[in-house]
Amino acid sequence: MEQVELAVVGAGPAGLSAAVAAARLGVQVAVFDENSKPGGQLFKQIHKFFGSSQHLAGVRGYDIGQHLLEEAEAAGVAIHLDTTVYGLFPGPRLGLVCHGQSRTCRASGVVVATGATENALAFPGWTLPGVLGAGAAQTLVNLHRVLPGRRVLMVGSGNVGLIVSYQLLQAGARVVAVVEAADKIGGYAVHAAKLRRAGVPVLLSHSVLSCQGNPRVEKATVCRLDQLWQPVAGTERQLEVDTVCLAVGLSPLCELLWMMGASLAHDTRLGGHFPVHDEDLRTSVPGVWVAGDASGVEEASTAMEEGRLAGLSAAEFLGKLTPGEAKERKAEVRQSLEALRSGAFGEIRRRAKAQVTQEAGDCFAGWRQL
Amino acid sequence: MPAGASFDGYPSRGELESSPGYPSRRRMESGPVAIIECVQEIPCNPCETACPRHAIRVGEPITSLPVLDEDKCTGCGLCVPACPGLAIFRLHLHYRPGLATVDFPYEYLPLPEVDTEVDAVGRDGGVLCRGRVVAVQAGQKTGGTAVVRLAVPAEFAEEVRSMSGGLEHER
Amino acid sequence: MDGIPVAARTGEPIAAALMAAGHHVFRYTPRRHEPRGVFCAIGRCTDCIMTVDGVPNVRTCVTPVRPGMEIRTQEGLGRWSK
Repeated sequence: MEQVELAVVGAGPAGLSAAVAAARLGVQVAVFDENSKPGGQLFKQIHKFFGSSQHLAGVRGYDIGQHLLEEAEAAGVAIHLDTTVYGLFPGPRLGLVCHGQSRTCRASGVVVATGATENALAFPGWTLPGVLGAGAAQTLVNLHRVLPGRRVLMVGSGNVGLIVSYQLLQAGARVVAVVEAADKIGGYAVHAAKLRRAGVPVLLSHSVLSCQGNPRVEKATVCRLDQLWQPVAGTERQLEVDTVCLAVGLSPLCELLWMMGASLAHDTRLGGHFPVHDEDLRTSVPGVWVAGDASGVEEASTAMEEGRLAGLSAAEFLGKLTPGEAKERKAEVRQSLEALRSGAFGEIRRRAKAQVTQEAGDCFAGWRQL
Repeated sequence: MPAGASFDGYPSRGELESSPGYPSRRRMESGPVAIIECVQEIPCNPCETACPRHAIRVGEPITSLPVLDEDKCTGCGLCVPACPGLAIFRLHLHYRPGLATVDFPYEYLPLPEVDTEVDAVGRDGGVLCRGRVVAVQAGQKTGGTAVVRLAVPAEFAEEVRSMSGGLEHER
Repeated sequence: MDGIPVAARTGEPIAAALMAAGHHVFRYTPRRHEPRGVFCAIGRCTDCIMTVDGVPNVRTCVTPVRPGMEIRTQEGLGRWSK
């Protein structure tokens, strides 16, 4: 049976960062990713990232992806593409499928960095061609250079909705409106400001009621919502659009950990169900870590720091770092994570994460005494 | 309906004037200066390192609002394309008698040509006046963010923040 | 696609080539015969599946084009043709 020291599931920002951190300390690392290219969703991020200048802020997402790949190569990380991890079993063992051939791999440690998936929103007409995820539109426009449509309604004003709207404008589409069910804009105002000065309206307390068309979207009906997010009769408005993009949040992809018996918890601040983890990103299964959006939806910048933290913790577990060295290096990364989670927007996630990791830490410590 | 960045998508006059990155009227009158329209605490600090004169300070934590030292700022404009949020502008109130220039980041193609006339738009996308493109700095050295300098009647200078006519869908 | 040549760029996914050529309906559902197209574009949702070279249920958003590929709008669950 194939044997690796540390297996990383997912070659996105979290997985690659974990792999690099561990490999630099002498851990033999194999990264598995179902896609034919590494980088996760980084290569479709054509905007400049925020964060600290020391950590590649102001650099566009695809350049960060390239940078991570170069680091991974230099550190001797083996990246296995077109390889789906279909199962995670006690051992830990990984069930892999590559080009129709399945095999098993045993690992001393596993970092699960499977990311998140876009949420859907069901309304009459939502299955019509032309209704798609905002991330899907971003993939089509920025990676494949195809416009999904010419007149777009964006549902949701979080950062994904705002950023993808802007990128659709850059690609030559018209964003007819952004609708937001809440009574204020969900994402950063600087992203919204780019849309506003391009003449895109952001309709607060509004949502999509239905869309119509045959065989694809031709019109969408939007309406105002009351404080309980219920449609206000008589406020319906029909918009001529051929595309409706859904930017209504993401959910962590934690099925692999679920099937392995890792404890899950639920917190809407982190996107729904996520694997319980302590401040070292250890899950309830010994030798298995989680990092990035799979551990609770945040951002690419936090995903990279979490990856680093999980990589360091795994290296410590595998005996490549003394507890003293590990403590110091992990503290550094945690400090950077704290900084990324400060401010009005990050504060919510900071509190959620603090609660989760503290409860898990207490719980895991209790188990070790049993 | 409440106004301001979280509601309109762009900062209100009150938010701007009470933010530490917005220069005083006195400073605007005295020569070119950076205008930082960043009013929410988000984790970001490239403006701080972009300024060769250390006239912009974010410090710790990096969610602090950027503080403009308006006496140190020479109005060089290097911070304009460095802001990932495209929220920094450069204002030269007395470019020519009655005319000001506004520099804004611009990430659409094609770039406008120097000397063309365009519609100058405000923060809400509404057309305020006509403007003449007096300079275009292509984005090769600034990570793809171009900077357009537009000459506009001085009375509109504090409101003009972009141009229309460049977007493909408008043609 | 369905017997009509579609131009494509080397290496792009089938879905991208079809959308660029103006095709947005990729399949019809088994029971209600409703049209479906691309929804997630990253191989998760399986809304964009088609019959490719006789193999049904191929995720067109993550399957690269090849010259001469035969792509068919899928009816229902599709059928193997070889």
